[in-house]
Amino acid sequence: MLSDNDRIFTNLYGIESPGLRAAKRRGAWDGTKKFMQNGEDWIINQVKESGLRGRGGAGFPTGLKWSFMPKKSDGRPSYLVVNADESEPGTCKDRDILRHDPHLLVEGCLIAAFAMRAPVCYVYVRGEFIREREALQKAVDEAYDAGLIGKNNKHGWDFDLYVHHGAGAYICGEETAMLESLEGKKGQPRLKPPFPANVGLYGAPTTVNNVESIAVVPTILRRGANWFSALGRPNNTGTKLFCISGHVNTPCNVEEEMGIPFRDLIEKHAGGVRGGWNNLMAVIPGGSSVPCLPADTCKDMPMDFDTLRDLKSGLGTAAVIVMDKSTDIVRAIARLAYFYKHESCGQCTPCREGTGWMWRVLDRMARGEAEKREIDMLLDVSYQIEGHTICALGDAAAWPVQGLIRHFRHEIERRIDEYAANPKPDEAMVAAE
Amino acid sequence: MSVRRLDAVQPKTFRFNADNLKWARAQLKKYPKDRKASAVIPLLWRAQEQNAGWTSEPAIRYIADFLDMAYIRVYEVATFYTMFNLSPVGEHHVQLCGTTPCWLRGADDLKAVCRKHIGEQGHVTGDGKLSWVEVECLGACVNAPMVQINKDYFEDLDAEGFDKLLDDLRAGRKVKPGPQTDRQASAPLGGALTLTGDAPVTAKPAKATAKPAGKAAAPKAVAGEGKKPGGLKAARGGKADNLRLISGVGPKIEGLLNELGVFHFDQISKWTADNAAWVDGYLKFKGRIGREDWISQARTLAAGGETEFSKRSGKRGG
Repeated sequence: MLSDNDRIFTNLYGIESPGLRAAKRRGAWDGTKKFMQNGEDWIINQVKESGLRGRGGAGFPTGLKWSFMPKKSDGRPSYLVVNADESEPGTCKDRDILRHDPHLLVEGCLIAAFAMRAPVCYVYVRGEFIREREALQKAVDEAYDAGLIGKNNKHGWDFDLYVHHGAGAYICGEETAMLESLEGKKGQPRLKPPFPANVGLYGAPTTVNNVESIAVVPTILRRGANWFSALGRPNNTGTKLFCISGHVNTPCNVEEEMGIPFRDLIEKHAGGVRGGWNNLMAVIPGGSSVPCLPADTCKDMPMDFDTLRDLKSGLGTAAVIVMDKSTDIVRAIARLAYFYKHESCGQCTPCREGTGWMWRVLDRMARGEAEKREIDMLLDVSYQIEGHTICALGDAAAWPVQGLIRHFRHEIERRIDEYAANPKPDEAMVAAE
Repeated sequence: MSVRRLDAVQPKTFRFNADNLKWARAQLKKYPKDRKASAVIPLLWRAQEQNAGWTSEPAIRYIADFLDMAYIRVYEVATFYTMFNLSPVGEHHVQLCGTTPCWLRGADDLKAVCRKHIGEQGHVTGDGKLSWVEVECLGACVNAPMVQINKDYFEDLDAEGFDKLLDDLRAGRKVKPGPQTDRQASAPLGGALTLTGDAPVTAKPAKATAKPAGKAAAPKAVAGEGKKPGGLKAARGGKADNLRLISGVGPKIEGLLNELGVFHFDQISKWTADNAAWVDGYLKFKGRIGREDWISQARTLAAGGETEFSKRSGKRGG
């Protein structure tokens, strides 16, 4: 188990105050000026050396992303946008940073924005997180009042940080949809290229980063890139916030070392699987968008980006959804299909039409009211959606369905057989009387 | 995607009140001068709050005029984002999360409670107090199942507790947001297993440790306040009580208590205030033993009774 000494989010559960004084006592805002005096390139190099990969789901190297920003302005300003539109089913880690450790985020914004020469940062918080938004705003106000950010601040570099919010649209977590939303439009993703680092918010160079990616940066600089990269495995370094939900005895959020074996994560932190390990059916290891894995594959797997990718799933946001044998797995995935149908922005035809189609078919399959040839048809349609849309929502909708068919085809077939043998049990009983 | 239309019955006008007008003007300072449209979501949201929780057509026009936007652009935003309620809602508007993580832990039971109390989705009770709607993941999955009521999250619900919560809201009684069990935010039930007090302050750049120690060392017995309670060498009859039935004691704390020779409820129930203070210091608990009142919990459990917490935690001695 990761030692408490190696945890970055030392107030994850909000046992202490999120306020400035308590945050400083926990180490925030220490040495910030020195890091900035070391220069933009030093900061970016440290982040690169730490091996930090983006914590929003895709796992793109953060330092590399930062280095795409222009070093000299062509007259346009640069922007940093922080993605706090946490909506991936299973995921609730950024929420704890916003409400319990917001100063790590504010400090991270200053350092990241400085490294990318972006004098303005917007934090886009999902609309439903009203209390979390208030907590973050309070931390921002404290930082302004204490002269840590703003004009003529103690760090000698003018920087403005604004809290913005959405109003209930999962798609705004996609970076270009977020920029559209921030510009006051409906959140429909943009075609790429041009990428946001060239043409982003208000047509200016922009980088969009997840809350956790930004909030870990100050601690990485304080403790050294070597410290962070020594944790985990090569290419999968550092610590990570895991959200463990579903059929475990004590669901919780916890910061752990990247690559912790699945069994340890569940045993040590979440009180084990409900009803014991033999009762485990399947796991969705990285938020609703990644394919589920059956029990026998996942018991001993290390929880990191590369291992899970090789298992044809993904670490995603490290939101671990555990399902025991009482779960109606077809219905569980059908409910996710409904989620994607509900959240599709409607811009691309494969997604607009396909998500609803997949949900309707899965809904029938959950009752067994289908034919076996439709399983392959469903798989085929999922491949028509995947890769044929502007953003990754189409892929995200297709993957859980593909995972279901890959690992639980027998379960769908069993239901179809059962239904075919006895299509309307209630009517049959009436007739027998 | 879902079809969303404005309500058939609309008020005649909408205007920000003085406070909101001032607030709205201040919001515009966040965005570049020629990018006023950026404020459309925050302003529409404030308008909805002022208008008893729903967004009316005059409000859409008002915000459009305020931001120099075409009416259709604001209409587009109001119909795209699902938090804009386009019809009137109850004074307490329940948004019930029905997505898989909540569904796995009983969201369907909560839906049944809503149907019983309120009726179908979108219906407002006759007294105007309650309405509900099923929404997609609200991002509190480790505290499932949960609902949002107006600004607050209510987490770790069960049908019985939720039923009472709706009753309380309807009757105007005070309710407690957050987890509805003895839980600290997203920490595991029974108390945090990490960040238990020996948490570090990493003010100075520490030396890179090659690899963290496998396990945090058990806290040394420090000379703190109070008096160390007496302990047993082993559990009586080789069978220890399940100390985790005490709210606040998790597996890790149970282990530490066992190390101190504490295995039974009656041992804890006999602690003096001095003993409790010593253990509190030993566990670096900052007074939690007193706050959670372990001693009287232990007294009840030792006498064979049940506490609120032990009832929820399942079988005794298990």
